[in-house]
Amino acid sequence: MTTRILADGTGLPSLSHVPTWLNDPTNWKGSNGIPTLVQQQLTYTAIAVVVALLIALPLGLAIGHTGRGSAAVGGVANAARAVPVLGLLLLLVVWLSPKIHTTSAIPGLVQRGGFPYFVPLIIVLILLAIPPILTNAYAGVQNVDPEVRDAARGMGMTGGEVVRKVELPCALPLIMSGVRSATLQVIATATIAAYVPLLGGLGSLIYSGDQSITDPRYGYPVMVSAGILVAALAVLVDLLLGGVQRLIVSPGLSGRRSRRTPTRGPVTALVGDATAGP
Amino acid sequence: MSQVWSYFQNHQSQIGQETWTTVWLAALPLLIGTLIALPVGWWASRTRWLYLPLITTAGILYTIPSIVLFVSMPGLIGTKILAPENVAIALTVYTFALMVRVSADAFGSVSGDAMSAAAAMGFTTRQRLFSVQLPIAVPVLGAGIRVAAVSNVSLVSVASTIGVAQLGSLFIEGNQNSDLHPIVLALILFVLLALVFDGLVLLGIRLLTPWQRAVTAR
Repeated sequence: MTTRILADGTGLPSLSHVPTWLNDPTNWKGSNGIPTLVQQQLTYTAIAVVVALLIALPLGLAIGHTGRGSAAVGGVANAARAVPVLGLLLLLVVWLSPKIHTTSAIPGLVQRGGFPYFVPLIIVLILLAIPPILTNAYAGVQNVDPEVRDAARGMGMTGGEVVRKVELPCALPLIMSGVRSATLQVIATATIAAYVPLLGGLGSLIYSGDQSITDPRYGYPVMVSAGILVAALAVLVDLLLGGVQRLIVSPGLSGRRSRRTPTRGPVTALVGDATAGP
Repeated sequence: MSQVWSYFQNHQSQIGQETWTTVWLAALPLLIGTLIALPVGWWASRTRWLYLPLITTAGILYTIPSIVLFVSMPGLIGTKILAPENVAIALTVYTFALMVRVSADAFGSVSGDAMSAAAAMGFTTRQRLFSVQLPIAVPVLGAGIRVAAVSNVSLVSVASTIGVAQLGSLFIEGNQNSDLHPIVLALILFVLLALVFDGLVLLGIRLLTPWQRAVTAR
């Protein structure tokens, strides 16, 4: 392999090395192989999204049901978007990590001594995932047709039953779109995990590539390959969640079994939906 | 807190420089991305077959992690790896991806009655666009621009992990020296910048939609 110097003299190896690197079987094996890194990235994402869901869904349902606190929560969620994730992560790494003294490990996920860095990462990813799920959950409940809610009450349902049997199922499409936004954001952001010590994920290819950027075998082409992998992973996971959404959302709501052409939702929902951040 | 303040005073000129870089790296892409997205979104709102493919493509563009787009730029357009242009162009792509969807929906949601009324009053297509459709779409467009403005500001910080100097560099510095002060300072400055951007966009929306105040005042 020869290093091709770009025409403008930046000295970066050409992108033609990218397919070569991706097709090299040695890059798909071992503890730094692509499957291991993908698995780490997905595990960070799954932990963060599940914990965020456990916190944000009940809270969102409660806010939507009672109508209390939506302005405050909306404001906080909006302000949270302005806080740079990297800054928050490094704040916790400098402040919290020295206070964590365990040396235990989780095989394949956290290596010995990695816990002080794993905890800040997960906290930051959870904080990132909560706002989209929370805001979509209460918006979803608030958007439920009041007549439907009245009918449920008229049938003698208790408040809890209205939430579980009516509001939650009706709000599910919006809740799922919140979960998908959150997952996309977390999967993309988990890339910066590798910036702190002893953590992995696909980002480690980007930051180790940055150290020897002009090397055609370990440098720039590897960074770009890792980027392609993260983007592909994000799209795949979103498709998967789209499939889950089809399975769990009632056909009566998704409009798939009705002959009417589905009407476009309120435009405010579409704007809120676009908050999945890169 | 007082130590954060003294850190600020000791590094004033460096921080001023970095703040300025952060401002233009966030603002210029917001402007350019929106200006490109408006006509494309308008076109998509009129052309049924274009809407879905365009929105899907924009959605996929938006899923690409920022760090990935930053490092891909040199290979795609031949810039240097540490050039701030990489960040500016990547953020333009994100702004475009977000705003194309918002503007397609904003233009599409303008009521047909308003458009027909304008046509009946003798407005040409172009007059209708600029004096009816665009003003009516401003609140929805504005909501999208607010999201893009705030997220652009915080996305700029990610570029510091690959060495593009701006306010995010304070995070890296704090991490390397195990010093909380620059990190806290930069977090405050980033949130302040985002608030300023958000405020300016809100002000713009207010100035462009005088009828909204007229209606509430009645």
